[in-house]
Amino acid sequence: MLRFKSWDEFGFQILVNGFLLTVLLLVVIPLWRVIMMSVTPIGHIDNGSFGMWIAPNQWSFEAFQQLLTHPNFLRSLGNSVFIAAVGTSINLLLTVPLAYALSIPTLPGRKLFIGFILFTFLFNPGLVPVYLVVTKLGLRDSFAAVILPTAISVYNTLVMKSFFEGLPEDLKEAARIDGASELQVLAKVILPLSRPIILTIGMFYAVSHWNEFFAPILYLDNAQLMPLPVLLRNILMSAGVNEYLEYDAFSSAPIEAIKAAGVLLTMLPMVALYPWIQRYFTKGTLSGAVKQ
Amino acid sequence: METIGNTFPPISTGKVVPLAPLTWRERVRGLRRAIWKHRAIYLLMALPLLYFLVFKYWPLWNTQIAFKDFKPTLGVEASPLIGFKHFATFFKSYYFGQLLGNTLIFSVAKLILGMPLAVILALAIYESSFRFLRKVTQTMAYLPHFLSWVIIYGVLLALLSPGSGMINEMIKAGGGQPIAFLTSPNWFRTVVIGSDIWKETGWSTIIYLAALLSIDPLLFEAAAVDGASRLQRIRHISLPGIASVIVVVTLLRLGNILDAGFGQIFVLYSLPVYSVGDIIDTWVYRQGILEFQFSLATAVGLFKGLIGLTLIFFSNKIAKRLTGSGIY
Repeated sequence: MLRFKSWDEFGFQILVNGFLLTVLLLVVIPLWRVIMMSVTPIGHIDNGSFGMWIAPNQWSFEAFQQLLTHPNFLRSLGNSVFIAAVGTSINLLLTVPLAYALSIPTLPGRKLFIGFILFTFLFNPGLVPVYLVVTKLGLRDSFAAVILPTAISVYNTLVMKSFFEGLPEDLKEAARIDGASELQVLAKVILPLSRPIILTIGMFYAVSHWNEFFAPILYLDNAQLMPLPVLLRNILMSAGVNEYLEYDAFSSAPIEAIKAAGVLLTMLPMVALYPWIQRYFTKGTLSGAVKQ
Repeated sequence: METIGNTFPPISTGKVVPLAPLTWRERVRGLRRAIWKHRAIYLLMALPLLYFLVFKYWPLWNTQIAFKDFKPTLGVEASPLIGFKHFATFFKSYYFGQLLGNTLIFSVAKLILGMPLAVILALAIYESSFRFLRKVTQTMAYLPHFLSWVIIYGVLLALLSPGSGMINEMIKAGGGQPIAFLTSPNWFRTVVIGSDIWKETGWSTIIYLAALLSIDPLLFEAAAVDGASRLQRIRHISLPGIASVIVVVTLLRLGNILDAGFGQIFVLYSLPVYSVGDIIDTWVYRQGILEFQFSLATAVGLFKGLIGLTLIFFSNKIAKRLTGSGIY
């Protein structure tokens, strides 16, 4: 058990841990409520627990079953998986070389290139000018419109660059003296040492693709291409009978349960990936954000 | 050749430190050699740089339509020039004040309310000697950061919808009338600010925790020996220890003060709450994309971008001056 040096310490710990518990409950209760709603069967009368508890014999996974067997839901799920997989691959294939190049101190023009990309990070001319480019390139109604305009994040590039810079210079120098070209240094020395940062940045990219909501609304008119967050928004905004999913009838699950199940199913990959993401919340990764 | 390439300074630093003064001719030759030596690297950078040209600098070129009467049939270059008319239209319109007001209210409120909460949470996590609670709270508090606003909209419906939301069920159980929080102009701002705090406070503790962990533990021990209470130690060691991080984060948030959270408002708002919820970015989207007012929306976007650039430039400068840290 915990031991305290004094009453002062004891009172302080009560205060601190009481606060932590409050924060924990404020985060967990809304999520718990969504879980409970998703398994509420039709005609369930609330027993005064505000939907926080449901008797075990009243559980129903009908809502999950309805969604997971519906072609529209499955198609959106497939679209989202495709966007996340292809998008993240493109992100990394562009970010890693750029970050590596900018981390080479002897590269002529290095500062110029850094300025070139940093300016785009600091100055954002707004939505319409990019919209015109995407339209002009004929990317509308293709996944390229969702993936390509955000192919490189300047922030992620700079974080990765500072990681590369932090790798022991001796290793790179030794390889160079052995006659390795810069490309060989990247492939043989840098990449094997950079698994953590590549995984971390890759996961940040994947999360942002998975959560992508606005770009699909902006560029994808074809309902066949709709990714999961857009479908989920449509489900959430529909009242009663779900016109967006073109269901004939939601016979056995209430719309609230369908909505909650949709939220949970969309969350699921994030929650499943989360332990891995969290493993890489290292100080190094994050302190790259603020340059000392 | 290897040595020349490696000791020759990069061209743009301006700090040339040769062993013997180099002639102009030697420098050009050295530079040429250095460039040739890195040819594979330039090749590696070609595609990433092309990305910036196409999706960042081409849009920059397109911003000229802010000063033109853009007609899609004519194209960006051929549309007739009309000067600052769109800017004047925007500044004189009644919605200018409303949009700027809403934008500032959201970002200032999120900053003033969210920041102290994040600092307090970081301190609590740091000070707690109840390891299990500390770890669980930390893990759960980070989670909402990774959830999209659509998902959080779903969570908010489960809490706030007039028909079946938890809060409204409580109000009804207490004999009150249900409140349509998400569509009521009286409540919408509270919902936006509250949900942002719910989503981001946990995540924003990370940077303060890192700063707390880098404080020398000897300081705390010395203070304890001198009889300082826990609160005194927080006040005189922890807070001064993370003050510079607080200053940097605040300044950088101030630099982005016109970004009130487009992703969030776009998902949560609806017609009944436009008056209290519409921000510059959502307005630009509606005018530019939905109403085809490309030039007007670009002018407003450009105005916002230029203010943002100026603010971030100065806040970064001040942050560097005060604490030695900045974002670039």
